[in-house]
Amino acid sequence: MCISRFCAALGAVALILAAFPVSAFEVEERHFFPAIAGDEVLRIISTADEDAFEPIIRAYQAQNPAVAVDYTIASSTEVMRAIYDEGAAFDLVISSAMDLQTKLANDGFALAYTSAQTETLPDWAIWRDQVFSFTQEPAVLVVSEAFFAEIGVPKNRRDLINLLRRESAWFKGRVGTYDVRTSGLGYLFATQDSRNIESYWRLTELMGGLKSPLYCCSSDMIRDVASGKLAFAYNVLGSYAASRLPETKGFHIVELEDFTSVMLRTVLMPVSVENQSAAHRMIDFLVTMKDRPDLVAASGLPPVDEAALDANTAMRPIRLGPGLLVFLDRLKRDRFLENWENSIVQD
Amino acid sequence: MRFLLIEDNAQLADAVVGRLALDGHAVDHAGTLEAAWAFINAASYDLILLDIMLPDGDGRDFLVDHRKAENRTPVIVITARSEVSDRVGLLDLGADDYITKPFDFSELEARCRAVLRRQGGVAANQKTYEGVVLDSTSGGLTFNGNTEILRNRELRLLEVFFRAPGQVFSKSHLMDRLFSFSDEVSENAIEVYVGRLRKRLDGSDVRIETVRGLGYRMVGKT
Amino acid sequence: MKGLIAKGSIRRRLVLQLGAVAAILSIAFFLVVQVVADRAAQDTQDNIIAAAATAIADALYADRDRVTLELPYSAFSMLGSISQDRVFYRVVERGQTLTGYDDLPISRKGISENTRRFASFTYRGEMVRAVTVVRSVSLRDERRAVTVTVAQTQRGRAVISSRITATATAIAAVFFMVATGLSFWAAQAALRPINRVARSVARRGPNDLRLVVGETPTELVPLVGALNSFIARLRVSLLRSEEFIADAAHRVRTPLATVRAQAELTHRRLNKPEHKKAIREMIRAIDESSRSAGQLLDHAMVTFRTDSLEKTPVDLVGLLAETCDRLAPTAELKDIEILRELPEDPFEIPGDPVLIQSALRNILDNAIKYSPDDSQITVRAFEDDGFWLQVRDQGRGFGDADLGKLSQRFSRGANVADIVGSGLGLTIADEVAGAHFGRLVISKNKKGAGACVSLVFAQP
Repeated sequence: MCISRFCAALGAVALILAAFPVSAFEVEERHFFPAIAGDEVLRIISTADEDAFEPIIRAYQAQNPAVAVDYTIASSTEVMRAIYDEGAAFDLVISSAMDLQTKLANDGFALAYTSAQTETLPDWAIWRDQVFSFTQEPAVLVVSEAFFAEIGVPKNRRDLINLLRRESAWFKGRVGTYDVRTSGLGYLFATQDSRNIESYWRLTELMGGLKSPLYCCSSDMIRDVASGKLAFAYNVLGSYAASRLPETKGFHIVELEDFTSVMLRTVLMPVSVENQSAAHRMIDFLVTMKDRPDLVAASGLPPVDEAALDANTAMRPIRLGPGLLVFLDRLKRDRFLENWENSIVQD
Repeated sequence: MRFLLIEDNAQLADAVVGRLALDGHAVDHAGTLEAAWAFINAASYDLILLDIMLPDGDGRDFLVDHRKAENRTPVIVITARSEVSDRVGLLDLGADDYITKPFDFSELEARCRAVLRRQGGVAANQKTYEGVVLDSTSGGLTFNGNTEILRNRELRLLEVFFRAPGQVFSKSHLMDRLFSFSDEVSENAIEVYVGRLRKRLDGSDVRIETVRGLGYRMVGKT
Repeated sequence: MKGLIAKGSIRRRLVLQLGAVAAILSIAFFLVVQVVADRAAQDTQDNIIAAAATAIADALYADRDRVTLELPYSAFSMLGSISQDRVFYRVVERGQTLTGYDDLPISRKGISENTRRFASFTYRGEMVRAVTVVRSVSLRDERRAVTVTVAQTQRGRAVISSRITATATAIAAVFFMVATGLSFWAAQAALRPINRVARSVARRGPNDLRLVVGETPTELVPLVGALNSFIARLRVSLLRSEEFIADAAHRVRTPLATVRAQAELTHRRLNKPEHKKAIREMIRAIDESSRSAGQLLDHAMVTFRTDSLEKTPVDLVGLLAETCDRLAPTAELKDIEILRELPEDPFEIPGDPVLIQSALRNILDNAIKYSPDDSQITVRAFEDDGFWLQVRDQGRGFGDADLGKLSQRFSRGANVADIVGSGLGLTIADEVAGAHFGRLVISKNKKGAGACVSLVFAQP
């Protein structure tokens, strides 16, 4: 894994904050990777950290030296706002929010593309030839080594629930999870859990009873688990956790054996695309990342790999398609969040 | 020889009868099959000349009946039909030979001779002069106990002389007997055959004499 | 066959017509299947979106002072599992959109509870199929009608439809090919009786003028009837022509015979050489004309018989010997000797004995005619790459005449002007040889002067 600051110093020439004159959506970071030779520009709006994506962009530029990459990082809701509401001009939209990506495609904001490379994707990893998955990232349990040194790590949710009930004193305030009201990814994982796991609401209520702190991001949860502040964090993005393992001690990753949601990071080409050719080449590049183990290692993004999923039946990729629209429904979302708040915020 | 001519064409019949009579043959003429049967029942013939198309029947039926009656008299059919169509049939029905109209009398004579020869010798056909016997049918010339078979023209020439011994025959008369109308030969050709006959008769009491300016005649030794 | 122009084939017409019927049926089948398939795909989609709409309507409920809805996940996941189509929905109550796409058109016209209304229209750049259902929700003793509309793009339907179309096309193509093949077979089968009749007629020998009998399909009865009546007429006319030739010969020959006999008689009775010469020339003229007439009639008969050649086993050796017998008296008149060099065993070929004898007689007759007095004619029969019947004379031969032309009609050697002949003799021989797959070979006598004429027959 590339050390982000080091890489940024080497590679990213510009770190531009809020550089879009008329844009209303909120940009977190913007990096410009100049072309090795040539004057094409590929503008990407993405939810992925520059750390993860820089090696990919570099490798892409090695194959496409004429293309400069303008890499804008925003939260998934801001990405949605940029494309859906404001029609911002980008060539590619990369997001971990599968539901929002699906909605963009469903509502006519994406263009279709097929190539020999996209054909290699499994059926579940592609929707309408518009939304292409290129990673598969499970939601995992991140547990503190110190905390679980003496007791066994729960292997499934029933064990987890039993443990929380039994040792509620122990776990009070020491279980972390996403605040689904603010985290799009947290909401996605939570809604999928609610759909797939009978015990989801019981677990949520238990966590509420334990006055669990709520987090915006995976990184904060990992930090607190590693430091021992938290005993474990639930539904942390596995890929992210794995990428922290080498440099952060004190935690390890548990994939629950009853059911593990797998988030698919997706890319789509918005209707506002200007450099279609470069965008096509980037899509081809991303969907064939499985063939580049060096990039997989450097980015920490596990590529779409059907064989890996077949080997572990608990891994369930979240299905692309109109089903994802359900939890985006205003009434449904309100209702869900109401239930969630009732469960977890128990004052 | 005695012929029965069965022919419905009177003119042709007259000519044939007249012509055969010139050679010393006796010919009865029947114009119908009915008349023919009457002749056959009344007399015996050496040879029958039969026309095919007759007013009261078909000559072929006559042939069949003739053979059924086990009458051995040979029959030569004079046919006017196509050469191709019914010759084989005629022979199968019992005819000994046939001749197609119109015919040359020499050929008719030759065929008669051939038919009779096949049939076996007929005594009446032998003539004797001065100890020399000539058999017209077989062509045999016998004297001093020796018999020689004459060639055709020699035979015919000698027959002329035998019919009237001592009579002088002109060269042209003899020519007519010996050569066909289509042959174009000089009168001297006859001398060749006379010469041959003289050689044949050498040693007998008969010789052929040249009568200067008139022709030839056959005389005895005396 | 000259004059018979083969125009149009019944079989081709049958095949084409049956093929056209097959093609029409194939196309009709294809169209029907497509319409049905399209309809079925449409119905399938209608049922699914209707189920989705109903599921949504079922999830409507009154919550405190408002109508609300918990969108059932199954409603949409069901749509998603069928095809990758875009889905739109809108839930409206009293003109207010509760949730969904505000701009999705809905038509409430004519819709009552428990009915549904389907519509197709373009939405967000794509053709969609939409269904609208109405559901009443009781809210504080008041019934509120809520309209639920679900729309879906038609990509899945197009996929199903095109798949069925492909199948229909394949089936129609196979059907067409099979039907075309069967129509070939049917045409063949239908024409089989015609072919059978044609074959049975073609197989017959030329003289086989029996009527065609046996089982005949009703449709062919008029044709076979006409054929039979034609055969009957042909039989009569053939019989007549044979009789005519024979009759003509008779009518020509008998008067000639009379005249000739009279003339010969007269010749004998005349004494003056000039008179005799005149009569002799007359007789020669009679001979010439009778011979010509005879050969013409012979030739006509040969032509007639070769046209309708009827073959029986013929012993060539026996036939040659018999011919020698027949002509021996004629040869004798000129003191010509016929030497026979014949094998003892018969040699048989299938043929017409009358014709072959006629050919042999013409050859031998020629030889006798052109031979000098006191000469010899050698008649041989031998095998040498075929069976040879050879007549060799010591006559004047053919001089410088073109040997190939001698067998042509009325062609005579240049050096025979003084001999009676019509020139048809060798023509007849040649035609007879040809009719028996043999040939006439004319050459000079290798042993001195004279001609050598051979009939050569192939081994049977």
